[in-house]
Amino acid sequence: MHKAVQGIITPLIAVGIAVLIGALGMIATGHDPLQAYGALFVGAFGTKVNFANTLANAVPLILSGLGVAITFKAGLFNIGAEGQYWMGSMAAVWIGYSLPGLPPVLHVGLAFLVGMLVAGLWAGIIPGLAKALVGAHEVITTMMMSYIAIYLSHYMLEGGPMMAPGYTPQSPMILPSAQLGMLVERTQLSWGIVVALVAACVVYWIIYKTTLGFRLRTVGLNPRAAKYAGINVSFNMVLALFLSGALAGLAGAVQMLGVQHRLYDSFSSGYGYTAIVVALLANNNPFGVILAAIFFAALSTGGQAMQIASGVPAHLTEMISGIIIFLVAAKEFGAIFQRKRTVKRNLTESKGGLKV
Amino acid sequence: MHICLEVKEITKEFPGVLANDHVNMEVSEGEIHAILGENGAGKSTLMKIIYGLYKPDFGTIRLYGKELQFTSPRQAIETGIGMVHQHFMLIPELTVAENIVLGGELGKVHYRRKENEALVRELSAQYHLEIDPSMKVKDLTVGLQQRVEILKVFYRKARLLILDEPTAMLTPQEAEELFLVMDKLRSQGVPILFISHKLDEVKKISDRITVMRAGKAVSTLETKATTPQELANLMVGHEVILQVSKPPQKAGEPILEVKNCVVSSGRIDKVKGCSFEIQRGEIFGLAGIDGNGQAELVNALTGITRIKSGQIFFNGKEITTASVRQRINAGIAYIPQDRQVDGLVMDFKLTENFMLRDFAQKPYARAGQLQKQVIEQHSNRLAEDYDVRPRQTQTLARNLSGGNQQKVILAREVSRDPELLIAAQPTRGLDVGAIQFIHNKLLDLRTEGKAILLVSLELDEIMALSDRIGVIHEGKLMDILPGGEVTKEELGLLMTGVGLEKEG
Amino acid sequence: MILNELAKPELWAATLAMATPIALPALGGTFSERSGVVNIAMEGIMLIGAFFAVLFSYLTHNPWLGLVGAVMMGGLISLLFAWFTINIGADQIIVGMGINIFAAGLTAFLLNTIFGYGGTPRETLALPNITLPLVKDIPYLGPIIGQQNSVVYLMLVLVIASHYFLFHTNLGLRVRAVGENPQAADTAGINVRKIRYLGVILGGMLSSLGGVYLSLGLLNSFEVNMSSGRGYIALAAMIFGKWTPFGSLGAALLFGFAMALSMVLQGTGISANIIQMLPYALTILALTGLVGRSTAPAADGIPYRPDGQ
Repeated sequence: MHKAVQGIITPLIAVGIAVLIGALGMIATGHDPLQAYGALFVGAFGTKVNFANTLANAVPLILSGLGVAITFKAGLFNIGAEGQYWMGSMAAVWIGYSLPGLPPVLHVGLAFLVGMLVAGLWAGIIPGLAKALVGAHEVITTMMMSYIAIYLSHYMLEGGPMMAPGYTPQSPMILPSAQLGMLVERTQLSWGIVVALVAACVVYWIIYKTTLGFRLRTVGLNPRAAKYAGINVSFNMVLALFLSGALAGLAGAVQMLGVQHRLYDSFSSGYGYTAIVVALLANNNPFGVILAAIFFAALSTGGQAMQIASGVPAHLTEMISGIIIFLVAAKEFGAIFQRKRTVKRNLTESKGGLKV
Repeated sequence: MHICLEVKEITKEFPGVLANDHVNMEVSEGEIHAILGENGAGKSTLMKIIYGLYKPDFGTIRLYGKELQFTSPRQAIETGIGMVHQHFMLIPELTVAENIVLGGELGKVHYRRKENEALVRELSAQYHLEIDPSMKVKDLTVGLQQRVEILKVFYRKARLLILDEPTAMLTPQEAEELFLVMDKLRSQGVPILFISHKLDEVKKISDRITVMRAGKAVSTLETKATTPQELANLMVGHEVILQVSKPPQKAGEPILEVKNCVVSSGRIDKVKGCSFEIQRGEIFGLAGIDGNGQAELVNALTGITRIKSGQIFFNGKEITTASVRQRINAGIAYIPQDRQVDGLVMDFKLTENFMLRDFAQKPYARAGQLQKQVIEQHSNRLAEDYDVRPRQTQTLARNLSGGNQQKVILAREVSRDPELLIAAQPTRGLDVGAIQFIHNKLLDLRTEGKAILLVSLELDEIMALSDRIGVIHEGKLMDILPGGEVTKEELGLLMTGVGLEKEG
Repeated sequence: MILNELAKPELWAATLAMATPIALPALGGTFSERSGVVNIAMEGIMLIGAFFAVLFSYLTHNPWLGLVGAVMMGGLISLLFAWFTINIGADQIIVGMGINIFAAGLTAFLLNTIFGYGGTPRETLALPNITLPLVKDIPYLGPIIGQQNSVVYLMLVLVIASHYFLFHTNLGLRVRAVGENPQAADTAGINVRKIRYLGVILGGMLSSLGGVYLSLGLLNSFEVNMSSGRGYIALAAMIFGKWTPFGSLGAALLFGFAMALSMVLQGTGISANIIQMLPYALTILALTGLVGRSTAPAADGIPYRPDGQ
């Protein structure tokens, strides 16, 4: 109990400080922070519609945040959730519009599955194997793969095989049989939220209740002890990246099937990077990921309302996110340093610099 | 003769360990003074104090009469102390000259490559340490890299050269060359402080020897006037008297057979063709001075490293290429030497650490799911049986004392009912109570007819527990002797390599 | 058809222009990582540079003061990065990401706060193009390097200066030593922290200059997120260029060429998007050793704490 309380208090302090700095920024630019934050809160949670949209916004953040958390648990840093999200989206949309005649449950399930598989392989094969075989740092490889994925989506949509007839670079609409039902009418909240919540429970179960999770956590905390325990360290690293990619892919699939219903051409979904912030703030706890995702989703939906109501630019919320990261990173070090004193050698081996 | 370095009453305490206990010694000009002692005897603590990395709790050190202030390595260097570390402080990507002049380059802004290289060439001629200043350090052999380290020291005008385990990374040929260099430096009047745990090389090269044991400087001797036997006795000591009752027992058939096992670490063969077998119901002790191939042999037996040649049989089946997991499942248990790094996950709870080997086995896991209740019951029982304190199995391993951490490992390994237990220095750094506990557990296993390989640096421990004792020296098994009959002196001699002729 | 395009000097002039905002932050990253601090914050620092260049140029009516002010701001945000990573020892990648997100928010916030929602003022003065009197008349080469923006020439000078600094000065030797083995450098009497601060701040100033080129070199305005991933391409260029100034420039030219070519080829059936993937794919190949293996400075990314403290 004590530990759980502590696990919540530290992120809350980080959020509190960041919000406070944001308030100072507002005062400095001649705004009333109470009014602005009030507008933000109302915009995020004030009405049923707003609340629903905030939750809808949280869905892809929960899913990709869970993915990032898994890699952190295994001692890895997947910075390429963005690209994995795109791969999952592409695959799911393609299944969604190109297979007429499937019963709805099967169609949705297939789209999820293929989206997860494609994105999982995207993260697992090249970054995973490059890490396991030659030690190429996963931060760089996942980031590069991320950009390749985004350009691949541009290619697909800008006159490529997935472009819908016409001049707009976008995919065809997915078939009704592949669309998720809406939970709240006239909002973006679909059954996807249920998928996200179930996924959080499943990830929690995997990490803490299964032998697979035990292996991943052992590799993450002490790869040498893992080796002595007969655990295949390389394989589990690849596996962690695969699972992480699959969850980011599921985020994309759920977003396509539940909200967008087609893939639009753009440079960033914005979810991939925020997913990392979500995992960091949640300290990689799957249920914490839900709360952190809702928090950041609220910042983004409420930010617009704040801008309209009080004139404070919505981009202030990004600054707040950035400050939260600094604070979380500084706190993160406290934990690492404690570990380092006793397992010094081990740490230099496992966390060693960019061995690229 | 002129006294160069004077160490007086140096004392340093770490939590729970008195690393240096009123150490006194001195080094004269033009002598090679060796500090001999086993790992953990306090040699490296003393060196770190001299070098300004640690501050002593008490005592003084003077270099040519000037008292050192112990603030930083930088200051030690400025005062004229030159240290060649066991792990080189070199930058492989830079050239020899760049490494040597780093921090004291010629000129202000521009790096004068030619002049710096000429300077290094001059220096290397002066000390007869030939080297090409323009080569990159990564392209040099380890022996030449060490030469760069020594030159670095002289570039900074050192008046005392400290060599910390300088032969640890060298091939025998390279070690010979180093001794020639040391000899030349001595003839030029350079005082050398030479730290080593290898008795034979200390005997060979030094003028005087200070033996350290358990944080104390036990004695300083003239090298010529002493014998390896005397040195070995001083190193190991006679103090610990172990209370063990070991009933006689007849050993069973062999469970582990090792044939011509060669293990290499990097480019050096650390185990050079060992053959032995261990029988059911016996404790086989592996004695030897630290760093003679014990760790590599143990890693080969547990499957952490692959052997270069030879064969290993377990229970009649060949396991030479079996994985760690396969060996665990076959019934080999292992208490690693470095318990905090290899034996435990410090940020895991005790329950999880208890499960580190068998987490995927029934009944602890079913269909890939950890069985929380079974695991907790099992953990609670282990904590109870092995008297792990505190008893809470939900605490993190890092919050336990060293003795209790070792109990967790012992409980985990022994409770698996293994056929063979490999225990690498299982009592190192523990208090008397914990040592006693672990010894009794090992003897219980023996009574149950299990085989135990006990690797230890403590001769008393080996002698008190072992049915048979193998002595390892420079990767070779010198002899295998019956435990009850052999004397400490005989073992000590074998450990230092005397008796090699007998073995062939 | 492609050969025809390749023969045109315009393509090569565009390559040089497109390479500039990659080469500068790549150079910046090189400084930081050579001293041992992994820097993925170039993207954010570029935005800082781009925004403050416009702001200062507008306020002072002098684009050069805009440039100087922006570079100072780049140094200032790097100071924050350095403090978190070097003094606190926080994870360098996480803090780098934080800088990127924070800078994107800060510049957009300030843009809207100071200039409103209509964008930066049109009367902002840009940095001038320079015509080299004799060079411009050299056939073929003249149109390529004879007339470019002043920042392009500045970049070329800085690449050479950086090479000289890193590989031919005492201080450069120390920077490299700290990035490879801080402990060895420390025992040689070098102040590791100071050197790392130097690397990070110089790196930030150079990255910032890349942003200045985007807002005051190519244009005279700032747009939200106008660096649009160039900081990450620069990261790739730095790795592909093996952490050297000339290597970074070479990689930036290659990547700039890919961009220029993809523009030229628009509407020809050859996908620009496929060509734009190449920088990233090449970087992965370089990392895995399939195309001339790239190895980072040995102590890159490892916080340094002296022994016994």
